[in-house]
Amino acid sequence: MDDTPAVAALSDKLSLASVEAPTLLRFITCGSVDDGKSTLIGRLLHDTGNIPDDQLTRLSAESRRWGTQGDHVDYALLLDGLSAEREQGITIDVAYRYFGTPRRAFIVADTPGHRQYTRNMATGASTADLAVLLVDAQKGIITQTRRHALIASMLGVRHLVLAVNKMDRADYREALFTEVAGDFIAFAARLGFASIVSIPVAAKLGENVVHPADTMPWYEGPTLLEHLERVDVRETLEALPFRMPVQLVSRPTPDFRGYAGTIAAGVLRTGTRVSILPGDSTAGIARIVTADGDLAVAVAGQAVTVVFDEDIDVSRGDMLADAGQPATVTDTLETSLLWVSDTPLDPARAYLLKAGAATVAARVASPNQGIDVETGALVVMTSLSMNEVGRVAVRLDRKLAFDTYRRSRGTGGFILIDRLTNDTSAIGLVEEALALVDTPKVAAGRWPILTGETAWRSLTKAFCWRAVGSLGTIVLAFALTHNRGLAALIGSGEVLTKIIIYFLHERVWARIPFGVTRST
Amino acid sequence: MSRLDNLARLEAESIHIFREVAAECERPVLLYSIGKDSAVLLHLAQKAFYPGKLPFPLLHVDTTWKFREMIAFRDKRAADLGLDMLVHTNQEGLAQGIGPVTHGSRVHTDVMKTQALKQALDLHRFDAAFGGARRDEERSRAKERIFSFRSAEHRWDPKKQRPEFWDIYNTRKGPGESIRVFPLSNWTELDVWNYIRRESIPIPELYFAAVRPVVERDGALLMVDDERLPLAAGEKPQMRRVRFRTLGCYPLTAAIESDATTLDGVIAELGASRVSERSGRAIDHDGGSSMEQKKVEGYF
Repeated sequence: MDDTPAVAALSDKLSLASVEAPTLLRFITCGSVDDGKSTLIGRLLHDTGNIPDDQLTRLSAESRRWGTQGDHVDYALLLDGLSAEREQGITIDVAYRYFGTPRRAFIVADTPGHRQYTRNMATGASTADLAVLLVDAQKGIITQTRRHALIASMLGVRHLVLAVNKMDRADYREALFTEVAGDFIAFAARLGFASIVSIPVAAKLGENVVHPADTMPWYEGPTLLEHLERVDVRETLEALPFRMPVQLVSRPTPDFRGYAGTIAAGVLRTGTRVSILPGDSTAGIARIVTADGDLAVAVAGQAVTVVFDEDIDVSRGDMLADAGQPATVTDTLETSLLWVSDTPLDPARAYLLKAGAATVAARVASPNQGIDVETGALVVMTSLSMNEVGRVAVRLDRKLAFDTYRRSRGTGGFILIDRLTNDTSAIGLVEEALALVDTPKVAAGRWPILTGETAWRSLTKAFCWRAVGSLGTIVLAFALTHNRGLAALIGSGEVLTKIIIYFLHERVWARIPFGVTRST
Repeated sequence: MSRLDNLARLEAESIHIFREVAAECERPVLLYSIGKDSAVLLHLAQKAFYPGKLPFPLLHVDTTWKFREMIAFRDKRAADLGLDMLVHTNQEGLAQGIGPVTHGSRVHTDVMKTQALKQALDLHRFDAAFGGARRDEERSRAKERIFSFRSAEHRWDPKKQRPEFWDIYNTRKGPGESIRVFPLSNWTELDVWNYIRRESIPIPELYFAAVRPVVERDGALLMVDDERLPLAAGEKPQMRRVRFRTLGCYPLTAAIESDATTLDGVIAELGASRVSERSGRAIDHDGGSSMEQKKVEGYF
């Protein structure tokens, strides 16, 4: 037996029965095309003893044939599992790799750097606890870095590592590392990550990846692996109010009726009451059934079957929620959409929205604003194509229960499906679930209204303004002419014309983005 | 999530996938290949629908070249658990006498596995098929989605995969299209073994070391399971202490020398191993992208 960490992991498990079982960390690597993502993962796998010999043998053979690293092993070939990727030398789709150390099991998603594959990066990010963002020390922070940081933050990745790579080519200069890390923090501070840690590495040489580097004595922080093993990503999911979408109704025998699902947030205890949304009934939890026996308490992430203490009508797609803090029931959502389909958003098209276990028909308006994924700034946007992020109102054909994505990743995200092609069109995040009973119709016109003013409001304003304005005109005309008849004629003459002019003026301005600010 | 360890999280994810397919697909089937991954897959499926029974049948594509012990194990499991076990063999291939010894691994796998699987799926009009493939097995599998779509001709298009977000799966498909679903996508070989130990899941004895008759060819140890393996002149089966890391068709699956007679032994040996799981599978060595190519053609 050699002394690779994998072996150490096993002997630990076998000899120390009391040792805590390893936890799981899901992370993604992202960054620009040539910043060394694949090399970094290759190094992580290699230096933790997680690349079997036969794969190494094949890798060096293929490096000679396809490799882009000269005489060095091209780790990209280990991860680029599709023949098209090896031939073109680019990563097209997410690759998942698995490795372990005594402390943790890791699932790493290597995501493509090219802009046209942003949706595949989002696939990896949607389930990740942490993102490792690579930058080339000499190139510093570039638009790709900002774009990936932004999408990671948008999809709720809580922890970020900035791996400043290729330090060997930058003479291991501390000042350069400090500058790059400082630039990044200045940009990323407002993105709301729970932690940002910067590490100087030379992935090709394995420096500060698994083993510390003596070439950078000025750096006293952890290596990348040390940080990945220690970072505390325990989510606050259990602290959130209880949520569970009902996946299946289980009725194997006439006297058993259970509701199966995975707990999305919070804690469930027998004896407590839950709301059954989107309806308005509540029921008490009699049993929490699993194949390993009944539980008294179940937590977020567990797949269970719930039995109520009374007969009650519950269907797939309903949401069980904390009766004291239920989710918002609505048919109108303010959302951020990342468009992932080749076919751009078409407000006239029929879409399906799938959230939790519920699928409903949805009308999707044109965006009125979007997010520039390179700067994070809100910009005017009136259409939505692949890899763009827009702020879009979505109207459902029936009410469902939602939380905002910022509050709850499990009950604030959804996908849009194109009804004609069955393709997934967009990934959506609920920014606001509008708990209005009667909400204004979502505008689907070509020139969207930015201020949220309805035509009725503009007309009422026009009448109101005219009453005030015309009274003023009559007073002024009387003061100048001392003729009541003439003053009344001037005043009333303008009433009709100016109501019309004012109304039209308002409707035009409602569509002009100039000077519009938006509160979120 | 602090209270759930790695295996508990993997188990919950797999159960969620099983339930989602049962809710959204009309005719699911579980592809059962008798090995350790199938054993875990079946165990998870039973947990997903407890206290109910499995809401779908199992399907074993029998190439007729499985180890005899595997077939006995399959039949015993089906009887013990009261499973609806369908067995399908490509009768045309059988009539033509297609086999790995006479026709080579490539033709045998295509006719008796890939074509046989397509026949069975079409025959029963299954629209979703669970498989036990894991992403850590092979690099083209590392790229495959958990819900992987197949055209009406059962072809996989690796460049046109639907993006997959969170645990919300788009299961919609056109007429004739089907889905291959991989609930064990995120499991590793070590996870599977640790789970088998934790849950006491029965697996065939072939996974444990015993003295068995083998011949050595090109460095691979092939078990002589019956008289269908032709011996070269002067070749004599030797009795060696071996076990199998994966189970497939017997002339295509090499044994390894081992003393591991228990689960703990197998797991310890796995940690010390420096070669990957499928290195003993002949069909993986027909070229750099052979698995990707087989999948494009409809292999599981």
